[in-house]
Amino acid sequence: MTVSKTSLNERTKNSTRRLFYWNLAWVLSLALATFGPKYFWDNSVIVSLITIVTNLVIGLGMIRANIMHVKGLDELHQKIQLEAMGITLGLTLIVGIAYTTLDITNVIPFDAKISFLVIFMGLSYLIAVILGTRRYR
Amino acid sequence: MKNRLKVLRAERDWTQADLAEKLDVSRQTINAIEKGKFDPSLPLAFKAARLFGLTIEDIFLEE
Repeated sequence: MTVSKTSLNERTKNSTRRLFYWNLAWVLSLALATFGPKYFWDNSVIVSLITIVTNLVIGLGMIRANIMHVKGLDELHQKIQLEAMGITLGLTLIVGIAYTTLDITNVIPFDAKISFLVIFMGLSYLIAVILGTRRYR
Repeated sequence: MKNRLKVLRAERDWTQADLAEKLDVSRQTINAIEKGKFDPSLPLAFKAARLFGLTIEDIFLEE
């Protein structure tokens, strides 16, 4: 069994910092891709395409950073993360489909928006991690 | 799964944080294992056994 020379705390701190920078880069590139056409490059399709592809590439980097972060956690925290991801995936699937159905059947007077689902995912994941952490306290 | 981690740790006058550092896990993980809320993986169980100079069966007891 290999033992890392750096402590768990140090490794987690470093991977969290890396993850934060990747998240920040992704959010900034998304903001640029969203608002750039209107404020910076006058709706040029080629520039928009480049910024959207850049956003996708940075997104892949962010996913990789997240995987590395989870792999660097100890086994209890990996379990907490796995359970939280499972709960989030399941809830997003069933709530997302129900939400779309509400729109299709005109039960809600507005169009279903993906941003609601993204916020729902974020909150579900956050709550699941908090509850999981409490459960093993 | 029951275990004798708390006793073995106390015999050596180690805190949960000390044991966590030696096993390269968080203090919360040691606490959860001691309370029986979390069963460690086989590699971690082997690591604990090696640290205490015992076998896995000496530390972890099937309920």
